[in-house]
Amino acid sequence: MSAAPTSADVIVIGGGIHGCSTALHCALRGASVILLEKDHAGRHASGVNAGGVRQLARHVAEIPLSNVSMALWHRIGELVDDDCGFTSDGQVLVAETEEDLANCKARVDDLTLRGFHHEELIDGKELRRLVPAVSESCPGGVISRRDGAAIPLRATQAFKRKAQEQGASIREGVRVEKVSRDGKTWRVATNVGDFLAPRLVNAAGAWADRIAADLGEPVPLEVIAPMLMITAPLPAFIKPVVIMVRRKLSFKQFGNGTVLIGGGYSGRALRDENRTVLDWRKLATNAGTVWDLFPLMRGVPIVRAWAGIEARMPDDLPVFGPSARYEGLYHQFGFSAHGFQLGPGAGAVMAEIIATGRSNVPIDGLGIARFTQQAP
Amino acid sequence: MKAVTAIDQFEESYDLVVVGAGPAGLSAAARAAELGIGVLLVDENPAPGGQIYRAITTTPVGDREVLGADYWRGAEIVARFERAQAGYAARCTLWSIGPDETAAEGEAFEIGLSLDGRARLIGARQLILTTGAQERPFPIPGWTLPGVMTAGAAQIALKSAAIVPAGRTVLAGCGPLLYLLAGQLAAAGAEIVAVLDTTPRGNWLKAAGALPNFLRSPYLAKGLRLMAKARRSLRFVGGVTGLAAEGEGRLASARVARGDAAEIIACDTLLLHQGVIPSVNLSNAAGCAHDFDEAQHCWVPRLDNWFGSSVPGIAIAGDGAGIGGAESAALRGEIAALGAVRRLGQIDLAEGDRQAAPLRSELERALRGRRFLDLLYKPAPQFLAPPQDETIICRCEEVTAGQVRDTATRLGVTGPNQMKAFLRCGMGPCQGRLCGPTVVELIAQANGTTPAEVGYYRLRPPVKPVTLAELAALQQTEAAVKAVVR
Repeated sequence: MSAAPTSADVIVIGGGIHGCSTALHCALRGASVILLEKDHAGRHASGVNAGGVRQLARHVAEIPLSNVSMALWHRIGELVDDDCGFTSDGQVLVAETEEDLANCKARVDDLTLRGFHHEELIDGKELRRLVPAVSESCPGGVISRRDGAAIPLRATQAFKRKAQEQGASIREGVRVEKVSRDGKTWRVATNVGDFLAPRLVNAAGAWADRIAADLGEPVPLEVIAPMLMITAPLPAFIKPVVIMVRRKLSFKQFGNGTVLIGGGYSGRALRDENRTVLDWRKLATNAGTVWDLFPLMRGVPIVRAWAGIEARMPDDLPVFGPSARYEGLYHQFGFSAHGFQLGPGAGAVMAEIIATGRSNVPIDGLGIARFTQQAP
Repeated sequence: MKAVTAIDQFEESYDLVVVGAGPAGLSAAARAAELGIGVLLVDENPAPGGQIYRAITTTPVGDREVLGADYWRGAEIVARFERAQAGYAARCTLWSIGPDETAAEGEAFEIGLSLDGRARLIGARQLILTTGAQERPFPIPGWTLPGVMTAGAAQIALKSAAIVPAGRTVLAGCGPLLYLLAGQLAAAGAEIVAVLDTTPRGNWLKAAGALPNFLRSPYLAKGLRLMAKARRSLRFVGGVTGLAAEGEGRLASARVARGDAAEIIACDTLLLHQGVIPSVNLSNAAGCAHDFDEAQHCWVPRLDNWFGSSVPGIAIAGDGAGIGGAESAALRGEIAALGAVRRLGQIDLAEGDRQAAPLRSELERALRGRRFLDLLYKPAPQFLAPPQDETIICRCEEVTAGQVRDTATRLGVTGPNQMKAFLRCGMGPCQGRLCGPTVVELIAQANGTTPAEVGYYRLRPPVKPVTLAELAALQQTEAAVKAVVR
């Protein structure tokens, strides 16, 4: 076997689902790719998130990207030779009051006018048919029927393996120390030496702001540690993933009976130590919501709780697309705790932009310029 | 000793919290309390003693000969603890350790406790973890059949309830505890049809270099006594190279291989044991660094000479610091206590050294010869990483050795944390206690690396399960409530 390459058409920094997906799609388009990952693929947010494959309740600016991604999720086995544990039983947004439901209706009507039809208003009867365990007082909600869930680390590593198969050089345990411009070439200095390429993708997740700052595009990235809990197995009682309008809760029962409880409560991230600290007070609040809404859960043991290290932008939207400053530089980070579903599609769109300079999929509103450009 | 019997009786914070009431924990708590430190000792069991001195104050086994003189030594350790001014919470589970985010400075922790179905977060300035050892997993074909248990489980039944296995009993494996238990069970009236020794013959040669120290060690007399007692009365089968439990729906027999020779021994109970390893779940979840100890062939926490871990303020004593036995556990507990008392500023370094000096020389004596035992009773490779593909290695999630090997090679999985995502091994309620060492061994073997390179599970709190209701109703300290309001 020849030595691993140190130069390529494209260098991707970051082995999360986004970096791996972009590497795969670039390789599928015939580009030579080097992916640099400081730990192993999916070590952080991509490997330990809730696994929700959700279009429901997304910001409008993300929906086109999310649509591309959902189409890929529904043929994920063909794409990466692994079903990634993907199941599609829908995701339901539960309204607890008539006022909530009215807001849901307004949202669905707005989406319809924009030409998006994945969200569907449901009444109390349909809600209880889908989620029999939910409290009687809830008047309805919204369902996105093609939504579902997958196994995060398995999915991320499937993208990694497939990218490797397509010729990408995946370098795990390689830590980027400095990025600089050398004429028209990017020079990426690491703990194992320099790597060179004319095109560079910054998909470094919670560490991406450092690379952006190195290149003169500083962004206000917040490092968060969204916490999750999982229970011992219970008899099957809920199929779709459930999220709430008013409260911070996401809720999913797996095929083996265990229930994943999340809601976006953040612990403390220590990104330089690759470590998180849980906040049990917030988890207690999280557990209290479940205690209120699903009485049958009260006696079940919580067997594990954890948090991932993730990047959040002030407007909760990712930074996605070409650099505002340099040709040959692309950003793909800051998915603000909802980037897992976007991974497959965002990689495809990014590869298209890198190869052709453009994409038909609108990504307006996601560019880095919104943070870096001064008002004229 | 001040018994704490309800969750609201805990103080908001303690200078020192000791976790586990075996010889190390009891001695640590007693020593620190004697030096005027506010100490809380929490333990999951109904009575003090840990595993080695389990039920020492309550055992129904009246005949002192059955459990032996070494067991009854525990009574003095418990008596000393009872005289000391330490808090003691029995039936209390510690499920999390984290930094106390409200602390202005210095070493401070927030710990999650459960007692009688209620949970609470309290503070601790120093922690000593004395959660001891667990039996090394012994995965053989059929080990999940009813009728197969670990030797340690049988010993728990004997000590706490004077129960011995009914019917024909076979003990199998290696290590001092196996011979001790054989003797104890025989004395208690069990029908032991065979003791199958899996100690690899080649180990005698490897251990020979460590023999001189062993000959001068306290282990020797004890070991000879155990062996002689067991061998005199029981059928000993040495050189066992293969073992399987067989039966339809429950154990009917043990299939034994000795090289090319095979034998089937009909039995009703098969007790497995191949040594003990430090129980690292709590120290791992608390963020303490661990290293792979080649001689003991297990993960041990990285400790300084006061048994302080890589996390300042957390010490680890007893067999959890590396296997050393009951006598060394008590000494380590006392040294760790001196370390904690010193960190709290109650004594200075010179005084700590002065008080620790006799303990350190005792400890050296107590551990002399340990290496010989480690080398001699290191399990054979086929009992660390089962060669049969169909052998279950993760009992919670029913994952087989073959699945782990296949996933390691086919999908290029290099560590146990990645393996979890593919096979769910280590994700059940035992949190990998029963599969961790085997998964590491299998990955190392499949990838041609070593357990040290493979690493271990990153363990997640709660270290022991806590119910949703307990968590939802979590009683918070006043300081913690203030921190949230702020």
